[in-house]
Amino acid sequence: MYDKDQLKRINEAFELWQNQVENDLKKLPERKEKFLSSSGYELKRCYTPLDVSDLDYLNDLGLPGEYPYTRGVQRTMYRGRFWTMRQYAGFGTAEETNKRFKYLLQQGQTGLSVAFDLPTQIGYDSDHPLAEGEVGRVGVAVDSLKDIEILFDGIPLKDVSTSMTINSTAVILLSMYAVAAQKQGAKLDELRGTIQNDILKEYIARGTYIFPPEPSMKIVTDIFEFCSKYMPKWNTISISGYHIREAGANAVQELAFTFADAIAYVEAAMKSGLDPNVFGRQLSFFFAAHNNFLEEIAKFRAARRIWAKIMKERFKVTNQEALRLRFHTQTAGSTLTAQQPLNNIVRVAIQALAAVLGGTQSLHTNSYDEALGLPTEQSVQVALRTQQIIAYESGVADTIDPLAGSFAIEALTNQIEERVWEYLEKIDSLGGMVRAIELGYVQKEIHKSAYEQQLAVEKGEQIVVGVNAFQTSEEKPVENILKVDPELEEKQKEALRQLRKQRDNTAVRGALSELKKAAQEGKNIVPYVLEAVKCYATLGEITDVLREVYGEYTESTLI
Amino acid sequence: MKKYRILIAKPGLDGHDRGAKVVAHALRDAGFEVIYTGLRQTPEQIVRTAIQEDVHLIGLSILSGAHLQLSKKIIELMKKEGIGDIPVFVGGIIPPDDVPRLLEIGVTRVFGPGTPLSKIVQEVRNVLEGVTSASGS
Repeated sequence: MYDKDQLKRINEAFELWQNQVENDLKKLPERKEKFLSSSGYELKRCYTPLDVSDLDYLNDLGLPGEYPYTRGVQRTMYRGRFWTMRQYAGFGTAEETNKRFKYLLQQGQTGLSVAFDLPTQIGYDSDHPLAEGEVGRVGVAVDSLKDIEILFDGIPLKDVSTSMTINSTAVILLSMYAVAAQKQGAKLDELRGTIQNDILKEYIARGTYIFPPEPSMKIVTDIFEFCSKYMPKWNTISISGYHIREAGANAVQELAFTFADAIAYVEAAMKSGLDPNVFGRQLSFFFAAHNNFLEEIAKFRAARRIWAKIMKERFKVTNQEALRLRFHTQTAGSTLTAQQPLNNIVRVAIQALAAVLGGTQSLHTNSYDEALGLPTEQSVQVALRTQQIIAYESGVADTIDPLAGSFAIEALTNQIEERVWEYLEKIDSLGGMVRAIELGYVQKEIHKSAYEQQLAVEKGEQIVVGVNAFQTSEEKPVENILKVDPELEEKQKEALRQLRKQRDNTAVRGALSELKKAAQEGKNIVPYVLEAVKCYATLGEITDVLREVYGEYTESTLI
Repeated sequence: MKKYRILIAKPGLDGHDRGAKVVAHALRDAGFEVIYTGLRQTPEQIVRTAIQEDVHLIGLSILSGAHLQLSKKIIELMKKEGIGDIPVFVGGIIPPDDVPRLLEIGVTRVFGPGTPLSKIVQEVRNVLEGVTSASGS
């Protein structure tokens, strides 16, 4: 970007300035000896053109909507349309969650995002002994198609875009959604939305796995294949760095491990004969937005560039649409504090702003009371309003990638990219991500990082306002923490008993045995799951069949 | 110092184990012997491990909201198996209203988000030393 003479002059000036700084430091030392980013690399005192002297604008940044997409995946970005405001919601029964969805849509939310309870995520019906105490707690309880019908009652599925955070049972929930939508009169190829379907990160960060990695990967690619034929507008996976980050990874590790997972999915799909130019268009990503504002913005920009390069150089993808990294962002739940919870509103605003400046396609803003319990209607409203204020009042969405060209932002973007490549090489050298997970390498890296971060807080090197600094002696309790009615578990179980009595049980048995046969023979299981779902086979029944065929995964516990 | 053994357990279906692992690591660094159960342990499995490993304290990590049911079940089982005197700590996303209820059930200490590791380590030490002197062993 700069010619040699100009750089030379800048260098000379910079050196003189450094000398002046040394003098100043004798009188007034800086606050810290080293200023570290959250990923542990040192931030310079001041960035200049010298730090980005190699930057080749067209090759490294390009224009928005053009390779390597550093500046964004669409040509007009938010000038055309804002990101999708998508609050993750779900608790209790399908009826209750349906009410919350309608409330959020009425408040101006533009997409739905469903949180399922743990039994639903792990393939247990609400009456399974292991589900005790967990029904409807961290999300809505879904046992059968009937619950999904209630969940989306009065919400036209051909018009909304729905994201479902579901992984090991993704194939079942996707089938239920598809059947419910068809019953409303929608066509499969009209449906827009995303299933998370990212099983690899479950083994390293989130824990809702069921089957061992190999059959799990088979189900993921079955879904890719089915959707590329019948549901072309559906994102078949949301490859998620969010949970990896929340488990303790830093920004660089978040990208590195997410892309290592993504590479594993692309390889698995290609191995089963699918074309990355086709299924690549339906891959989407999910990242976290943490507090370190500049590093986070740089992270999102680096992410787009890295992914475009991976697809183009490693997988020889030529379809432009399959090179673009599209992602959802969630502000960082783990940064929210139970102490002085209103401070969380500010944290969320900063994080959300980083996501928007980073060019996210969709955003969830956390509610300030989440370190205490599930969000209430009021706290969710403030969270959504935060997005709306950024969108409509701040003006940051009116020009694309406004921080491009900032010496610091470009230097940080480069630095993150470089470190991510180092990790990816390391994982390749271990034999790929599935192997790296089996070896426990990734889990250990994340844990090490989590522990170091906690020690930094303990030692006061990392300030958390209201927790290890600026505490107040008298904390006012937060009122109105959302309580899930303990009786809902019984209600849900009763509804399940009724369902089992009323449905055509011969048809259920038939569909389940067909599914079992298909799984044993290695066929694509999606059409068989669809049939089972249609006759109201339950989530637990379908998962049990697959458990019999595929087996169950047990983690090796490492600390 | 006597080598105390501590069981850190993740009951229920919740897979968020960052806190459990960080606490386990800190206790180990502080000189305790720590056994970590891994995810998705049933109350029966946790109590069985506590007996087999002859632990002096149990730490439960629960974030899913199932803390009341799970803690109650574990403490009832502990009593039934004759290890009701082992102190039980609970950590996680625990709404403040539920803290007194957990203490009533028989939980010894409850730690919410943001609790310093040093405090947890100190409390573990206090309780264990208190228990030891009270039982005279």
